[in-house]
Amino acid sequence: MSINPFATVQEKVEKSPKVSDEVKYTTCYMCACRCGIKVHLKNEEIRYIEGNRNHPVNKGVLCAKGSAGIMQHYSPARLTKPLKRIGERGSGEFKEIEWDEALQLATSWLSNIRETDPKKLAFFTGRDQSQGLTGFWASQFGTPNHAAHGGFCSVNMAAAGLYTIGGSFWEFGEPDWEHTKYFIMFGVAEDHDSNPIKMGLGKLKTRGAKFVSVNPIKTGYSAIADQWIGIRPGTDGLLVLSVIHELLKSNQIDLGYLVRYTNAPWLVIQDEGAPDHGLFARDDEGSPLSWNKANDTIAPALATDITPAIVGSYELPDGRNAVPAFQLLAERYMADEYKPENVAPKCGLKADIIKKLAKEIAHVAFQEELKLDVEWTDWTGRKHKSMIGRPVSMHAMRGISAHSNGFHTCRALHILQILLGSIDAPGGFRYKPPFPKPAPPPLKPAGKVDQINPNSPMPGPPLGFPMGPEDLLVDENGDPTRIDKAFSWEAPISAHGVMHMVLNNAWKGDPYEVDTIFMYMANMSWNSSMNIPDTLRMLTDKNNETGEYQIPRIIYSDAFYSEMIPYCDLVLPDTTYLERWDCISLLDRPICDADGVADSIRQPILKPDRDVRPFQDVLIELGSRLKLPAFTNEDGNAKYPGGYPDYIVNHERAPGIGPLAGFRGEGGNSEGKGSPNPRQLEQYVENQCFWRHEFEPTEKYFKHSNKAYLDKAVKLGLISAPNQIILQLYLEPLQKFRLAAEGHGSIQPPDQHRERIKKYFDPLPIYYTPFEEAAIDAKEFPMHALTQRPMAMYHSWGSQNAWLRQIHGFNKLYMSRIKAEKLNIENGDWVFVKSSEGRLKAQIQLMEGVNEDTVWTWNAIGKRRGAWNLSDNAPEATKGFLLNHIISQLLPEKPNGYRYANADPITGQAAWFDLRVSIEKAEPEQAGVVSEPQFDTIKPMSTVKRGNNVLRYGEKVKTKDD
Amino acid sequence: MHPALSVIIFTSLSGAGYGSLAILAAVKYFDFFTLNPLYGFFSSAISLLIVTVGLISSTTHLGHPRRAWRALSQWRSSWLSREGVFAVLSYLPAGVFCVSFLIPTPFNSIIDIICLLTIAFSLATVFCTAKIYASLKTIRQWNHLLVVPVYLIIGLFDGAIFLVVLLTIIDGLQFFQLNYFIIFLGAVAGLAKILYWWSIDSTQSQSSTSTATGLGSSNKSVSMLDAPTTSETFIMREMGFAIARKHSRRLRLITILTLSIIPIIIIFLMTQPIALVSPLVLGIIAIVFSYFGTIIERWLFFAEAKHVAMLYYGASKV
Amino acid sequence: MTSLPTNQTNKKLGLVIDLDICVGCHACAVNCKEWNAGGHSAPMTDWNTYSGTETKNGEDSGAWGVWFNRVHTFEVGKGQESKTVYFPRSCLHCDEPACVTVCPTGASYKREEDGIVLVNPDTCIGCKLCSWACPYGAREYDETDGVMKKCTLCIDKIYNENLDEIDRIPACVATCPAGARSFGDLGDPNSDVSRLVEDRGGYDLMPELDYRPVNKYLPPREPQINVLDDGQPLSLVSMADNANQTEPSNNSILKWVDTILSR
Ligand SMILES: Nc1nc2c(c(=O)[nH]1)N[C@H]1C(S)=C(S)[C@@H](COP(=O)(O)OP(=O)(O)OC[C@H]3O[C@@H](n4cnc5c(=O)[nH]c(N)nc54)[C@H](O)[C@@H]3O)O[C@H]1N2
Ligand SMILES: Nc1nc2c(c(=O)[nH]1)N[C@H]1C(S)=C(S)[C@@H](COP(=O)(O)OP(=O)(O)OC[C@H]3O[C@@H](n4cnc5c(=O)[nH]c(N)nc54)[C@H](O)[C@@H]3O)O[C@H]1N2
Ligand code: SF4
Ligand code: SF4
Ligand code: SF4
Ligand code: SF4
Ligand code: SF4
Ligand SMILES: [Mo]
Repeated sequence: MSINPFATVQEKVEKSPKVSDEVKYTTCYMCACRCGIKVHLKNEEIRYIEGNRNHPVNKGVLCAKGSAGIMQHYSPARLTKPLKRIGERGSGEFKEIEWDEALQLATSWLSNIRETDPKKLAFFTGRDQSQGLTGFWASQFGTPNHAAHGGFCSVNMAAAGLYTIGGSFWEFGEPDWEHTKYFIMFGVAEDHDSNPIKMGLGKLKTRGAKFVSVNPIKTGYSAIADQWIGIRPGTDGLLVLSVIHELLKSNQIDLGYLVRYTNAPWLVIQDEGAPDHGLFARDDEGSPLSWNKANDTIAPALATDITPAIVGSYELPDGRNAVPAFQLLAERYMADEYKPENVAPKCGLKADIIKKLAKEIAHVAFQEELKLDVEWTDWTGRKHKSMIGRPVSMHAMRGISAHSNGFHTCRALHILQILLGSIDAPGGFRYKPPFPKPAPPPLKPAGKVDQINPNSPMPGPPLGFPMGPEDLLVDENGDPTRIDKAFSWEAPISAHGVMHMVLNNAWKGDPYEVDTIFMYMANMSWNSSMNIPDTLRMLTDKNNETGEYQIPRIIYSDAFYSEMIPYCDLVLPDTTYLERWDCISLLDRPICDADGVADSIRQPILKPDRDVRPFQDVLIELGSRLKLPAFTNEDGNAKYPGGYPDYIVNHERAPGIGPLAGFRGEGGNSEGKGSPNPRQLEQYVENQCFWRHEFEPTEKYFKHSNKAYLDKAVKLGLISAPNQIILQLYLEPLQKFRLAAEGHGSIQPPDQHRERIKKYFDPLPIYYTPFEEAAIDAKEFPMHALTQRPMAMYHSWGSQNAWLRQIHGFNKLYMSRIKAEKLNIENGDWVFVKSSEGRLKAQIQLMEGVNEDTVWTWNAIGKRRGAWNLSDNAPEATKGFLLNHIISQLLPEKPNGYRYANADPITGQAAWFDLRVSIEKAEPEQAGVVSEPQFDTIKPMSTVKRGNNVLRYGEKVKTKDD
Repeated sequence: MHPALSVIIFTSLSGAGYGSLAILAAVKYFDFFTLNPLYGFFSSAISLLIVTVGLISSTTHLGHPRRAWRALSQWRSSWLSREGVFAVLSYLPAGVFCVSFLIPTPFNSIIDIICLLTIAFSLATVFCTAKIYASLKTIRQWNHLLVVPVYLIIGLFDGAIFLVVLLTIIDGLQFFQLNYFIIFLGAVAGLAKILYWWSIDSTQSQSSTSTATGLGSSNKSVSMLDAPTTSETFIMREMGFAIARKHSRRLRLITILTLSIIPIIIIFLMTQPIALVSPLVLGIIAIVFSYFGTIIERWLFFAEAKHVAMLYYGASKV
Repeated sequence: MTSLPTNQTNKKLGLVIDLDICVGCHACAVNCKEWNAGGHSAPMTDWNTYSGTETKNGEDSGAWGVWFNRVHTFEVGKGQESKTVYFPRSCLHCDEPACVTVCPTGASYKREEDGIVLVNPDTCIGCKLCSWACPYGAREYDETDGVMKKCTLCIDKIYNENLDEIDRIPACVATCPAGARSFGDLGDPNSDVSRLVEDRGGYDLMPELDYRPVNKYLPPREPQINVLDDGQPLSLVSMADNANQTEPSNNSILKWVDTILSR
């Protein structure tokens, strides 16, 4: 280089440096969206992670979390070795042990349980990826006590959808991003379809479609909405039913769609007091009946050549009266109760907003009808020249479902879409395979008293879809057989289990005591417990008599030093997502899109540099050590000695159906079904780690009634028979529960639950005030308190990430400026947030775009001191906070002293968003720089290296190149 | 703007050093009064030393002090580079000028040229220093007509007081012309600062959160809800310094008192035969005050400067 | 030469950012960091990464570091009518970049061939003057390296022959899930990006300062379908009533009694 001080040195830019020594494809797991990624490796380090352009989920894009995968992988908070607790619970004192000892220990605990009473094992997983395996393992073990996080997540959404349309929002469906002209989003901040939603919104807005967001908070997606409806939390049900009111009154509904695809014309028995009142009138075969106007007779409702009545009262052969389901629906929602003027004040909205919404919806659905020139054949074999679309679409998530009235609100949303004729019509909501399935899917939960036996597997999976009281998991007294009380009278259709009640119930020994809690990927002592102080007490509480912990044993698999670790007796350290085989299976939570069916795998990109093992390998090995039948050969040897990859390839759930649907059969040429293919994983890797089958244009819409699709779905093993899937406006199973509560049938709820079942098990959506709001004094707790997911952070696990924690290093409490002025609160003030359960202190951030009665914060940013290998005074701990400090696990006592879970009465969905609070400015002497409550610092672990304070990642990649 | 100590020390010391060099050279060139060679040598040598300390201080602010020499290359466009060039160049005539007191030369005309060059380069360096700030459109408080004159005046003022003191020490002499000159400079400096403050207080930036984001309009304000990161960025650390109005009022008053009024009074007292205190003590007090005043003035110069980039970080105006 | 190039070509590579569809996800910011951590200006140092260094009054400020692209959140207007707008901000590769002309060393320069503004890490002395000269806060000082860094427009990616042609775009553009970022030649009036700017009224930030940024921002647009201004009542029900004044039953269930529908 020149040393002439006056010379200008021209930089020689290296424009084509070598990017990588090697590129490997795999699947991201910085969140559950499961995008395809391309990992560039250079000098044995990760140089760059980018989206895979060919991948069906993300088509090349990558979100903030995915882009920070490098920092996740190299996190100094990674666990390094199996740990056995030696100090008291919570003390964080562990002994490092070898894997063999760890597995022996676990086996000895578990085999004892299995030999005596398998339900004394509760096996629950949080962030799910391998439910196909974990659920199967649990039923092999013989315990009904299994579920994943769905119960506290969005089971309202899933259950309401599956029972109503055989599909759902969540990740079971998506709006027709290509064609929709009017898109309404209810209560979504981010959702699992993280990248697809963003891609879809970008597309939709660029096309010029209108986007309406119903959300108390105007951030994220709501920020780019053409119209924001800042509803008061918990009142969406009213809003939706009021729109339905407007549509019914003005006859802006798709009647043709209703008679063809729904149970609208099915006759409902009207015989108050009879054991079948409110059930469908059926023939001797059990098939539903309709009134055929063509010849004024009762006819099988499923016949295709009838002209069914949708209103009127008709005499059944037995002389009783029955009315079409639609008549009941119309009568209910046309009532003045649902007039916009009457509901608007409760929603905190102007009536005109509701009217305008209804008018726009009707206009787009019926005046801007969409026609795709695609011929198709319906389930009867009738050919249609084109596909008629109603380009109004909707999406909803936890803003709707995480309320105690969420199930009915979700149903109301689906009913609205059905009335418009937009379910799986072009421009509307579209199913993602394997959905639609029959509504609900024909799968019953196992775990009845006689299904739980020592040393034997259960006859079926622990989760399913009850159709009536006979399917509940209760004993002869009506008491739950499951530790979380799922599928009991407290939460009869808790299709995803009730994970948030497990620790509480286990501690109380209600309904019974368990011996071991085995958990995977769930930070249950922190952000996924509804109330942290209570939970910590339960985890450490000891029995006065025995001196033993009230919850005797906790085995846990985590990959990082989370808040949960110090409370575990045995810690099984997992790998990071770049170090293991995984499969994203159709048997679990698939990655399909409306146009095609797909699944994918993860392959190890790097070898672990620590003594850790993929949890799935460990689970399979435990399975064979415990001699679970499906994991053991007849000779007693392990059935899958190759661990998870071996299982992925060779396990068959039903003949020809295994974890992966692609590259099956000899040579890997079969799709969906086929014999195991030893080269399957190789073929996935060659295909960039995914498989996808694109549907033909004729198969893409009206999947519930599309012959070509239904046949294809059977062929691929998605459903068992190519029958029409009928959309359930009127939900008969709910009426069955109600009848039981009214005293009919042999299985009836214990008295204390009767009123509740009667009230909430309405076969048509109802609105009721969320439980907490109804129970508290609205003057004392005048505000709603919500959380939202930040797009750049995944629950609790991003704070260890050197890049992401810069974006969200702590959280504040957001509040409307206008409201704050009334309370004399200024930006940056510290406030006390009080609920009926407790009090926390946080710092205020004022904003404009929020419902005046609502405060909110980012979810799961607050951390416990010392956790995640962060220093004690990391801002996450000193300034950050969680609403979970003051949410209640239980509802206030009933007169008989009983406390129900703070949850939806139908599904058991945790009501995170029912929280009511008061906000009070902290006086100067109480104000400070530290949030409250604060808990003891978690002891840094000897095995966990403290992170480097100056991080120069990339230096090595660069210098080695020159 | 964050007031970096090294830069404050640099601008104030180099200003004073170049100021005294320029005055000394002017005295010599115009022969205002006869300079005792010893005095001439020491005062120019010390001035150069002060300048050097200032320059060294400025390099401590650099990320790569040892590459500082590269800063000479861009004199075509960069005031910082020009400052560097002049600073380096000024050593030549100033050095010769300094040495010339010890080695008398017969070539007066050469000395004259040396003097002129010393004056020119010294003033040019201070001019360039000031221009570094004055040319930044991003900072309204710097991009101001008075910035260059103030830098020059304060440099000369500090330099002159220094010369007076040295004169007292070395020569035991007093040249009241110099004192009157100081009083004049002090008064101008004070007035210029007052005018400057009035001006920056009463004008507004053309830039606003509206122009910075292109959002907003006359009836729609733009306000920041969240910064990109919860921790502070480089820009926030570097430019996010803000001083309370109350505080800045007080410091402005202190500046005027210490930079202008008190030194003027003391320098004036020095011209009065009735002085109770020795001129040397008075002079030293004057130096202390004026230099303190300069530091405060410089500190405020930074602290009151608002960078437009802060409009992206919650500043409602700059 | 830190004076601006005299032989500047017409090529002006830059970004166009659509504020109408940016959802504020920070993907562009993090992916930029990820690519550039090992790129032209590598590394992008981070400090206090896992905390433990006390700063002001004993508080720990959390991690902070060098980023070339940052996403701000603004609110425009007041109350219910306000609009939340996400605002990604990186170097705008100005046509009149004072960050270049103030640089004493020539380390900061604008490339003749495409207008990209870069910093030469081998000659930068870390005087920070360029950061003072940049109105947009686009420069990022690496105190450990002692040099200034900034968005390189991914110069080692957009021309990189080791990558497929389709991947030769900046990291932030490739990754943006909403498709809110475009990259191209804004000097060519016929390029896609120029057309986009033309169609959507793309604008300059702080035009009053005359830096003439190459990057352009597209404003949030007005809602597409607004209240249906069809002269009809706002309520569907009143509309239906108007339309069927002779048929009083419109509002009741009876209206469906005679409807003939086949399955
Ligand atoms: N980046 C990121 N992505 C994630 C996750 C993450 O942690 N980070 N978590 C994943 C998981 S497990 C889940 S369950 C999904 C959840 O995805 P989302 O359903 O989007 O979950 P939340 O962030 O809880 O958002 C709830 C939204 O509902 C709004 N809301 C609350 N109450 C009401 C109401 O009564 N009515 C209406 N209309 N709106 C309301 C809130 O303001 C908020 O915007 O996200 C998944 N994706
Ligand atoms: N206030 C409030 N609370 C909420 C919610 C809310 O909206 N508001 N949302 C609820 C919802 S929907 C959900 S889903 C829950 C989520 O809450 P959790 O299920 O607890 O989710 P995470 O915080 O992500 O914790 C998962 C654990 O998995 C660990 N982990 C990460 N990667 C791996 C890995 O590769 N292997 C293993 N073995 N472990 C790993 C992490 O270290 C962490 O300890 O939070 C719930 N809590
Ligand atoms: S959305 Fe982001 S974090 Fe989630 S899988 Fe996709 S890239 Fe990874
Ligand atoms: S990636 Fe796209 S949508 Fe996300 S913040 Fe950046 S520009 Fe906005
Ligand atoms: S944005 Fe700033 S750094 Fe970039 S070219 Fe313009 S002035 Fe220079
Ligand atoms: S910091 Fe470096 S690039 Fe910036 S002006 Fe100084 S020398 Fe030039
Ligand atoms: S162009 Fe490249 S360097 Fe610039 S902001 Fe985008 S990703 Fe970062
Ligand atoms: Mo969730």
